[in-house]
Amino acid sequence: MSKIDKSDSVGLVSPQRLAFDEPLILRSGKSLPAYELMVETYGELNPGRSNAILICHALSGDHHAAGYHSEDDRKPGWWDNCIGPGKAIDTNRFYVVCLNNLGGCGGSTGPVSINPETGRHYGPDFPIITVRDWVNSQLRLMDRLGIGKWAAVIGGSLGGMQVLRWAISYPERLHHAIAIAAAPKLSAQNIAFNEVARQSITKDPDFHDGRYLEHGVYPKQGLMLARMVGHITYLSDSSMRAKFGKALAGLEARQDNFGRDLRSGSLSFGFNVDFEVESYLRYQGEQFSEKFDANTYLLMTKALDYFDPSVDYEGDLSLAFADSNCKFLLMSFSTDWRFPPDRSREVANRLLRAGKRVSYLEIEADQGHDAFLLPIPRYVNALSAYLGNAHREICGHAS
Amino acid sequence: MRPDQEIIRRWIEPGSRVLDLGCGDGALLAWLQREQDVHAVGLEIDPANIEQCLASGVAVIEQNLNQGLSNFESDSFDTVLLAQTLQALDNPAELVREMLRIGRKGIVTFPNFGNWKSRLDLLLRGRMPVSDFMPHQWYDTPNIHFCTVGDFDALCREGDIRVLARTVVNSRHEGSWAMRAWPNFLGEIAIYHLSRN
Repeated sequence: MSKIDKSDSVGLVSPQRLAFDEPLILRSGKSLPAYELMVETYGELNPGRSNAILICHALSGDHHAAGYHSEDDRKPGWWDNCIGPGKAIDTNRFYVVCLNNLGGCGGSTGPVSINPETGRHYGPDFPIITVRDWVNSQLRLMDRLGIGKWAAVIGGSLGGMQVLRWAISYPERLHHAIAIAAAPKLSAQNIAFNEVARQSITKDPDFHDGRYLEHGVYPKQGLMLARMVGHITYLSDSSMRAKFGKALAGLEARQDNFGRDLRSGSLSFGFNVDFEVESYLRYQGEQFSEKFDANTYLLMTKALDYFDPSVDYEGDLSLAFADSNCKFLLMSFSTDWRFPPDRSREVANRLLRAGKRVSYLEIEADQGHDAFLLPIPRYVNALSAYLGNAHREICGHAS
Repeated sequence: MRPDQEIIRRWIEPGSRVLDLGCGDGALLAWLQREQDVHAVGLEIDPANIEQCLASGVAVIEQNLNQGLSNFESDSFDTVLLAQTLQALDNPAELVREMLRIGRKGIVTFPNFGNWKSRLDLLLRGRMPVSDFMPHQWYDTPNIHFCTVGDFDALCREGDIRVLARTVVNSRHEGSWAMRAWPNFLGEIAIYHLSRN
């Protein structure tokens, strides 16, 4: 008996690996002679091929956005709460495509792949990939799938940056651009956090200049630290107080407990784990380090740092959007301090200045940056309402 | 469509750019998009209204009018609308000035407190007017800056604003010759078409 509820899940899914032989010239000037992309699709492409949606993943995401790979999977894909039959990204209406980006560690060509020129893992030799390069590779995937125009390209955080790049680079190839909890470029504070993460990884004795796989090890401590600092920036102060302040939650108002729950009930007077938050971060870091590649983490943070579509337009983002003719939906979350509402509002204002059709919502949510992955009713309902209308506009009432 | 909206429609050129301040559920903009093929953007703060705008295909920005419109470029819209929102603003005069900075033309509609029913409430009952149309008590109302047709005329004169057209309708949004003759006394909703002088 299956544990998977088929009523609102895409159910069991299997990824496919697509090979591309045409060299991809990268923004750095280097090129990838050939590459593979791991792809999952949900729902059916309609006869007019007009109902396709591209999902762009964020730093640690991959192609597995919805459904389950096996009956025994504990968790579904990373955005299962939004993708499925009857959900906000409704697979009864839309054909949903999600891929693992180049340089990722989910099966697409990346640092763990074998470099055909050397017969060794790419490791540190894998070229730096930018958001623009990802979008170029996604365009080829789109052509391979026979899709002329995406009904929508959707992504959160680093995924949202890919959405903005789509609207700038390939304005004729999408109807709607939906960027959630994104930013037009990183601030010094954002880059600083990424640099701490990179230093943690590269200074780990097991890093071996990025050739750790050849040594049969991986920089576990470095990855843990990188994830721990990253994870803190995805949460908000208030969500941490709530999450780690359960012992006092009944006694004091939620915001007054400061999230100082103790692990064992008393202080150790040593440098061990005293507080729940410490234990949680270590656990999160450890889990992450076991499934994520360190070189991919380095690449992803660089892609974030380098993103700034205004550079080709004398720093004026409105000029970057001059040729975009898709409609935009931007959403931000009130307690997100990684990419705060101001950053999305900045994009909205630039789009208004460029005379584009843009909607902008600031969602009240306690969960910080992580909110974009969570089933927050106002957020999910807004996405659903927007896509419902988009489907009517693009595909008509019939299908 | 309601008569007041039909009046607004006639003042808006097909294919033009329209910004609606306090667009509500977006019904007016959705209609103008269909009828006049306008390029429309609405500003709204109520989450339920915003969701309805998205569902109707109306571009909507979550923005509080009381925090200003400095993010909008001068002359970036053909018409800026302010329908039934003037009386709820912290600083209505400033917003009307901003409307005509951002838009070449402005359309303002508001409940006319110079209407005879309002006057009668004050005169005979000595109470602030409450009606089905404006149902709030004075202490619990979003409408903090009521004005009359006469007051708004004065604001336009002082603000160097040209009134291109002015009309009034009743609370069922119907007009009549009598209302046109005595707008400040008989009109319940005033509708102004404005431009810079």
